[in-house]
Amino acid sequence: MAMNYNAKDEVDGGPPCAPGGTAKTRRPDNTAFKQQRLPAWQPILTAGTVLPIFFIIGLIFIPIGIGIFVTSNNIREIEIDYTGTEPSSPCNKCLSPDVTPCICTINFTLEKSFEGNVFMYYGLSNFYQNHRRYVKSRDDSQLNGDSSALLNPSKECEPYRRNEDKPIAPCGAIANSMFNDTLELFLIGNDSYPVPITLKRKVLLGGQIKCEIQKSPGGDNLEERFKGTTKPVNWLNPVYVLDSDPDNNGFINEDFIVWMRTAALPTFRKLYRLIERKSDLHPTLPAGRYSLNITYNYPVHYFDGRKRMILSTISWMGGKNPFLGIAYIAVGSISFLLGVVLLVINHKYRNSSNTADITI
Amino acid sequence: MVKEDETFPCDLIFLSSNRGDGTCHVTTASLDGESSHKTHYAVQDTKGFHTEEDIGGLHATIECEQPQPDLYKFVGRINVYSDLNDPVVRPLGSENLLLRGATLKNTEKIFGVAIYTGMETKMALNYQSKSQKRSAVEKSMNAFLIVYLCILISKALINTVLKYVWQSEPFRDEPWYNQKTESERQRNLFLRAFTDFLAFMVLFNYIIPVSMYVTVEMQKFLGSYFITWDEDMFDEETGEGPLVNTSDLNEELGQVEYIFTDKTGTLTENNMEFKECCIEGHVYVPHVICNGQVLPESSGIDMIDSSPSVNGREREELFFRALCLCHTVQVKDNDSVDGPRKSPDGGASCVYISSSPDEVALVEGVQRLGFTYLRLKDNYMELLNRENHVERFELLEILSFDSVRRRMSVIVKSATGEIYLFCKGADSSIFPRVIEGKVDQIRARVERNAVEGLRTLCVAYKRLIQEEYEGICKLLQAAKVALQDREKKLAEAYEQIEKDLILLGATAVEDRLQEKAADTIEALQKAGIKVWVLTGDKMETAAATCYACKLFRRNTQLLELTTKRIEEQSLHDVLFELSKTVLRHSGSLTRDNFSGLSADMQDYGLIIDGAALSLIMKPREDGSSSNYRELFLEICRSCSAVLCCRMAPLQKAQIVKLIKFSKEHPITLAVGDGANDVSMILEAHVGIGVIGKEGRQAARNSDYAIPKFKHLKKMLLVHGHFYYIRISELVQYFFYKNVCFIFPQFLYQFFCGFSQQTLYDTAYLTLYNISFTSLPILLYSLMEQHIGIDVLKRDPTLYRDVAKNALLRWRVFIYWTLLGLFDALVFFFGAYFMFENTTVTSNGQIFGNWTFGTLVFTVMVFTVTLKLALDTHYWTWINHFVIWGSLLFYVVFSLLWGGVIWPFLNYQRMYYVFIQMLSSGPAWLAIVLLVTISLLPDVLKKVLCRQLWPTATERVQNGCAQPRDRDSEFTPLASLQSPGYQSTCPSAAWYSSRSQQVTLAAWKGKVSVEPPPALSGSRHHCSSSPSHSCPGSRVQLLV
Repeated sequence: MAMNYNAKDEVDGGPPCAPGGTAKTRRPDNTAFKQQRLPAWQPILTAGTVLPIFFIIGLIFIPIGIGIFVTSNNIREIEIDYTGTEPSSPCNKCLSPDVTPCICTINFTLEKSFEGNVFMYYGLSNFYQNHRRYVKSRDDSQLNGDSSALLNPSKECEPYRRNEDKPIAPCGAIANSMFNDTLELFLIGNDSYPVPITLKRKVLLGGQIKCEIQKSPGGDNLEERFKGTTKPVNWLNPVYVLDSDPDNNGFINEDFIVWMRTAALPTFRKLYRLIERKSDLHPTLPAGRYSLNITYNYPVHYFDGRKRMILSTISWMGGKNPFLGIAYIAVGSISFLLGVVLLVINHKYRNSSNTADITI
Repeated sequence: MVKEDETFPCDLIFLSSNRGDGTCHVTTASLDGESSHKTHYAVQDTKGFHTEEDIGGLHATIECEQPQPDLYKFVGRINVYSDLNDPVVRPLGSENLLLRGATLKNTEKIFGVAIYTGMETKMALNYQSKSQKRSAVEKSMNAFLIVYLCILISKALINTVLKYVWQSEPFRDEPWYNQKTESERQRNLFLRAFTDFLAFMVLFNYIIPVSMYVTVEMQKFLGSYFITWDEDMFDEETGEGPLVNTSDLNEELGQVEYIFTDKTGTLTENNMEFKECCIEGHVYVPHVICNGQVLPESSGIDMIDSSPSVNGREREELFFRALCLCHTVQVKDNDSVDGPRKSPDGGASCVYISSSPDEVALVEGVQRLGFTYLRLKDNYMELLNRENHVERFELLEILSFDSVRRRMSVIVKSATGEIYLFCKGADSSIFPRVIEGKVDQIRARVERNAVEGLRTLCVAYKRLIQEEYEGICKLLQAAKVALQDREKKLAEAYEQIEKDLILLGATAVEDRLQEKAADTIEALQKAGIKVWVLTGDKMETAAATCYACKLFRRNTQLLELTTKRIEEQSLHDVLFELSKTVLRHSGSLTRDNFSGLSADMQDYGLIIDGAALSLIMKPREDGSSSNYRELFLEICRSCSAVLCCRMAPLQKAQIVKLIKFSKEHPITLAVGDGANDVSMILEAHVGIGVIGKEGRQAARNSDYAIPKFKHLKKMLLVHGHFYYIRISELVQYFFYKNVCFIFPQFLYQFFCGFSQQTLYDTAYLTLYNISFTSLPILLYSLMEQHIGIDVLKRDPTLYRDVAKNALLRWRVFIYWTLLGLFDALVFFFGAYFMFENTTVTSNGQIFGNWTFGTLVFTVMVFTVTLKLALDTHYWTWINHFVIWGSLLFYVVFSLLWGGVIWPFLNYQRMYYVFIQMLSSGPAWLAIVLLVTISLLPDVLKKVLCRQLWPTATERVQNGCAQPRDRDSEFTPLASLQSPGYQSTCPSAAWYSSRSQQVTLAAWKGKVSVEPPPALSGSRHHCSSSPSHSCPGSRVQLLV
């Protein structure tokens, strides 16, 4: 990158005193920027400046970590695997595709009562929702209620784009593979008559639904609006009869919305139902024996997957997560330790510097 | 036909001009930068043609050589055919040639015939010669890039292989929920594998920092303005500032190990002053000159010796006439001044212009002694003698100056009809040709003057009789007409003519040292740079200059490798003897030279002359020449200063080349001002031109041009140092931030079935290098000053901290890469463990894959930017603005990007993602935590290195930061050497093993002798009263 060179300035110059005249124009400006003398703060990372920072980090992080850790430990969580690959499992019978519908029941016991809102999740593992082919296999315009995209889904949806010459709504692999087990929870009282527990279907809690991109196409009758499309191959029902609640049907069905947000890792859980707190006095789920009724539709053993049902309470920081607390405590302590080490080194170094002050 | 003030469109043979004498004046300022007017001559037989018809009637053929780039050489022949006679053959030389690009001056119009056009013109041929220079930083950058390319390819390969291993089970390749299309299934396996490989390449390609090249170019281009803007490098006298001709080499200025400098005009001012002359042993000194102005009675002479005899008087006048006549100086009338150099005696209203300042000085000097050269008119030289009479001499021949003969002669015919040959030249070329005159006295005087650093010339004459002159004419004519080997034949003719001279006297001209030249050289040497002086001057003069500018000190032992010595012994013996002398000390010497602790050690200066050099360089039949070269290099390396005198321009370049390709491949810098330095400037890694008086050719061919030699100090020590620090950080940082960027992506492949799923959204992928992280580093690389400018100037030894590409060594590079890998692992697995199988919001929501990616990305952008913030030592408001600004920009952009459904996108996956992430408390906590973890090791490394093994730079920084603690600050010897020292703190590797021993001993001594409590007591004592040093503890150490 060569720069312009102006050799001719002097050659064609006028009177002999020209240099004096040009000096003014050529002279560089004496601005702080051009002379690289802008006022500046010149911090230097020395042991002296860093020491307090290390101690402060230590002092701040350790309490935070303890706080998180305690909170996390107070969260109740129970995980029930109902894949049924083990012969002893009640759901083992459902592995063969012949039995339809297959309903199995798993009993479990809560040692301690769950208080506050309890969230029910289903968990899948070894399920690659983050596979590239899978992630892109959706049409956001269609999901957003665009009527032209409804009838003509994007090519990304292949091979789940059309079925028997009709466009699939919702198209794509994600929608097609939507989780369709039904989970029901019963409290088994002393008198062995199971009491069903109310599971709230609307899990996205109020206004949040507005923030989702999914919208059903406009029109009065939902069924009418999806005319000309067909249901995804694997689905039992078309998209407009996903739920009995008319407000929870079509693309804004909350189970569907939750499913459509692809998980980051092959082992994941997704929000299924909400068990709302009844009152302050009674725990939401008292300790005791429960039974989980599963309508087993979703096959995972083909790809070595597992299915789980998770019940969890929630704090301000979400579910049970010991990692964050431990990490905070660890980093805090390391930083504190390093501070001490540095202090020692600093001490030694200061000593030696006095004696070694000879030349520069 | 070309009119006045027009530029010649092609190379022309000058046929005729409207001037009667067939001359024209030309300025070649745009060719070689010499602004003086040169006179060109029309071909004798055609100079009478003044109209187009005349020219049309001319019938002639021209033979000329193949086009060649040398501006000052041309040989050709013109055959003019006329109807009656045989064709007339005339020689054509460069004086008949008008070059394309030159401008016609003072002449109304000329006629010429084109010989070279287009790309064959000399100007065009010269343009091609400039070669591309690459800096060492660029070279290491490319090496790093290759490493990263390998990493990229191996990453892609690993992933492809793993993908197919993983997919070998069909339920993984194509589970029921995620089937392939028909066309995908039918694709050939190898084709699929290849596409997968390419897809991985695309996915990971961001690891190759393409934007680095753009940023580096921008940094260099914008950064070079700081050189041009530097007020300290602006010269008041000439009104010139530094020029930057290329911005590719900024950082190379911080890497220089050898400086090759020209003497005349570079170290010295090239502002000649006539000091004295010596005629027949009598010494004359013109009146003292004050500030370039001659005191009133300018015709007076101080006679040092007794008054001369009548004979002496005659000789004296002859001498002055000789000086007046024997030159090629032009006189400019006041109306046509151009690039003027006024004579000190302003009243005479004439300005002398010559390509050689010596001649001007001489003519001016003689003017002060009473003889004024008036002008050259119609081949008659006119001069005004002491009695104010005009004397006219007919100029018969000029035997022009060349650097091989090192002399020039004129043959003139006086008004009385006597023919004289006056010869002026270097003593070595005159004395052997002298048969008469007081040789010994004059030689003594000349040598004395040479030792004082004056430039001496000897003047001799010879009286010719008519027959002799005719013989000479014939000889010259024959040589001039020769088409082949004209140079050689002319030289032979000159050789024959310039002999049997009578010595008249000698002149001495002083060339003053440039201001602060000595200071500059001293600073450069302290900075660990070896300074070599390459000059065409004679040994004594050059050596004197070297002493004057402190290149040689009083205690420097001079080793001579000169023609004289080689004549006495064989080259072989001399070389071996020298190397023995030098190597006896070299074990400790070379290393201690580096550490700068051995001021009292014996250091050597080598003097070598051109002839000896060519002997060394000459390839010999038996092929053992390389042996001599090696030996010579060995000697040179052990010497602290080398002076090469009597150098031809090409030899200068040869020397530079020799060093450049020696086994350490040091970075060389050549600085010079004249046309003779151009080859050296082009050859060296960095060429610096001094905008001097010998034209602008050097400045034009250089990479940088400075007005004065002293500016080199700031150029290297400040600008070079800064640019190097800046660009090395820039390069390393770019690699680092791209590792941080892409490595999580690589890790993610293990969790997404090697499906090339991106971790980050496309917008983030695109904008990461373009907007989120680009400006802070660019501004850093423009503004960073790790130490103040003044400190750098004051303490040249700091330059050693960056020498030998210290900040771009493999060790440093690996450190940065490992740091990048560590950070990437922290980002990815931090986010992984936080996300794994749990919910992190208070409303029970689960994050999706895009939230995961965004979290990783957010942590990364913050870490990478804060890492730069940690490295920034110079926080101007611009840095604050850019660093915090780009973080803010990232947040605002993410909010916007996820806050709106963008109608032009066919996917809306980022919608609400960022906001959702921010609504989660643990995400905030995780960001803080992960950023802290990522930065911790780097901070720790910095602090520990600074504490335990500080470099000189860091020590100075500490000193600046805590001036009150100065007494307790670190010193070179205080650095504790440990086994891990080399690997952790490479830049401190300067200290010799010797000083290591000393240090270790000192350390041990201290620890064993003094109990810690007492020490800490003395420390408090010390720091509380900085002025009070602790003699007790120091003695302890010294023992």
